[in-house]
Amino acid sequence: MLALFRCIGAAALFLAALMVSAGNQTNMLTDTCIVCHGNNGASAGPAIPNLSSMSPNYLMGAMLAYKYENKEELNKIIDSDDRFQDVEAFARNSTIMSRIAKGYSETEIKMIADHFSRQKLYFAKQRHGQAEPQAGKELHEKYCASCHENEGKSSDGDSGVLAGQWKPYFLYSMDDFLNGNREMPKKMKSKLSKMIAESGKSSLDQLADYYASISN
Amino acid sequence: MENLKRRNFIKLGGTSVIAGAAGLSIPSIVLGATRKVVVIGGGAGGTIAAKYIKKADSTIDVTLIETNKTYHTCFMSNEVIGGNRRIESLKYEYEGLKKRGINVAHSNASAIDVDNKSVVTADGVSLSYDRLIVSPGISLKLGTIEGYNEEATLNMPHAWKAGSQTSLLRRQLEEMDNGGVVIIAPPGNPFRCPPGPYERVSQIAHYLKHFKPKSKILVLDAKDKFSKQGLFTQGWKARYDGMIDWVPGTDTGGGVTSVSPNNMTVSTDFEDFKGDVINVIPPQQAGLIAQSSGLTDSSGWCPVHLDTFESAIHKEIHVIGDACVATGMPKSGYAANSQAKVCAAAIVASLNETEMATPSYVNTCYSLIAPDYGISIAAVYRLTDDRSKIASVSGGLTPSNASAETLQREVQYAYSWYDNIMADMFT
Repeated sequence: MLALFRCIGAAALFLAALMVSAGNQTNMLTDTCIVCHGNNGASAGPAIPNLSSMSPNYLMGAMLAYKYENKEELNKIIDSDDRFQDVEAFARNSTIMSRIAKGYSETEIKMIADHFSRQKLYFAKQRHGQAEPQAGKELHEKYCASCHENEGKSSDGDSGVLAGQWKPYFLYSMDDFLNGNREMPKKMKSKLSKMIAESGKSSLDQLADYYASISN
Repeated sequence: MENLKRRNFIKLGGTSVIAGAAGLSIPSIVLGATRKVVVIGGGAGGTIAAKYIKKADSTIDVTLIETNKTYHTCFMSNEVIGGNRRIESLKYEYEGLKKRGINVAHSNASAIDVDNKSVVTADGVSLSYDRLIVSPGISLKLGTIEGYNEEATLNMPHAWKAGSQTSLLRRQLEEMDNGGVVIIAPPGNPFRCPPGPYERVSQIAHYLKHFKPKSKILVLDAKDKFSKQGLFTQGWKARYDGMIDWVPGTDTGGGVTSVSPNNMTVSTDFEDFKGDVINVIPPQQAGLIAQSSGLTDSSGWCPVHLDTFESAIHKEIHVIGDACVATGMPKSGYAANSQAKVCAAAIVASLNETEMATPSYVNTCYSLIAPDYGISIAAVYRLTDDRSKIASVSGGLTPSNASAETLQREVQYAYSWYDNIMADMFT
């Protein structure tokens, strides 16, 4: 009887030891991210973005762009690595992330991206305008929804999740896109220019209010 | 029959002789005995270590010993001194940790019985442990500066532990006349929060510029250089030109060596200086419990193994945060958080006899020069192969040519860092 328990015990331990590597190593890395990005990538705000439920391709693209600030180098890395075959290379502006991302290998970047992509979508609790969401909704449907599907909650492909994102971060990002400090896909560039031309810069605040208003 | 089997199993498990005789080491988890971890200190390190051990393995019994029922963060306390934040916003309680199943004992850990593996509290309670984590922060070496004793801190606050000292320094600044002199005396290395004194200079300058513009700040440093010096100097020139006089240690023979609280005077080897508000930040060492338990070396800090934070002096006792010598990392809240997570992983792996993940460490320190002017330093670290150093593998400072927009974003990201690290600690 005792021998049986011993065997079960030993087997359980052996399995536990095997399981250590992947999960625990991922946690070792991602536990350092959440000090700024929040538990499970759900940021307490007011400006650092949520990472939860972003697509792995989006998150890998972001980290690689921070790590390889030289566009040629970024392209080379993405083209030469099968793990990044669905990642598109877009240069990014940052305050601190380009200093941090260089500390991680491609394998670690993938582990981190996979982890946060699996976390439940978090809708930041924040103030938003009362009147604007409707205007923002219309702008969203006209200019954004074909890629940022399902009210901006979708994380398919490498488009970012917009619903529930912190407003200051959304506006910083739009500012960077418009000033040429952050690269965007061709389609986004034409849609965004069109929106600004037709509805003016205030459309950005309306969009921000709309995405901030989505809470489930 | 099932019940009988289970009872036998537990009973057998309780005796280590059986496992030993069988020639196979069966860890206690398999046999159902409770493993106990005690954590001393509910700050940036202790809260996180307790939480992450419980998160990783809820069967481990975790007790956090913390004297105070409320915690005031040192982070952002310079904003209280500068008047941009209320002290209440720095206050946190331990309910969130209790909800996680962590026992929180509000008492003072008065002694560690290393041989019997137990901690004795001021209430006379003895708590036994399988692993102990000591995260007591700093203690101030009062008396190193002649005349700077407990009583002197009421005239010349250090405000280097947040709470009443923070409020006192703020009140003194509010009561000071326009045209007054504020003296700040930062210590030599190492000390808690290396950029902290200079962020404080900035925050006070911001207040004076707007409310008492004829006033001056005299910084009598014990050192010749300091953290983020280039960026601070640049920010002071841009925002507070002519208001701040920073004097390196070389010029004074090593900074302030004695104080006279009744005359509101501080003295260096060469000269006396009179101030209207005087902030003495004295030299520091590991928290008192680390001193009295023999966890410190001649430096006054606790040497540890950098992969597990187990004390290099006492086995099965781990020291994290400001109190330990984490060679390569600064004494900061983020560093304590990062060390706590590595330490938690090491302890869970050790108790469960599994392999620990490869440690990874991060630090980021934001400093607020003005409400729209933030700077930062960041690093990702790995342990060197010879385990002698937690070496930075990437990181650096805000670039000196950063745009106004970037500096403004850094402030908002600093506030976000604060809200997120506090959520990490207390929820």
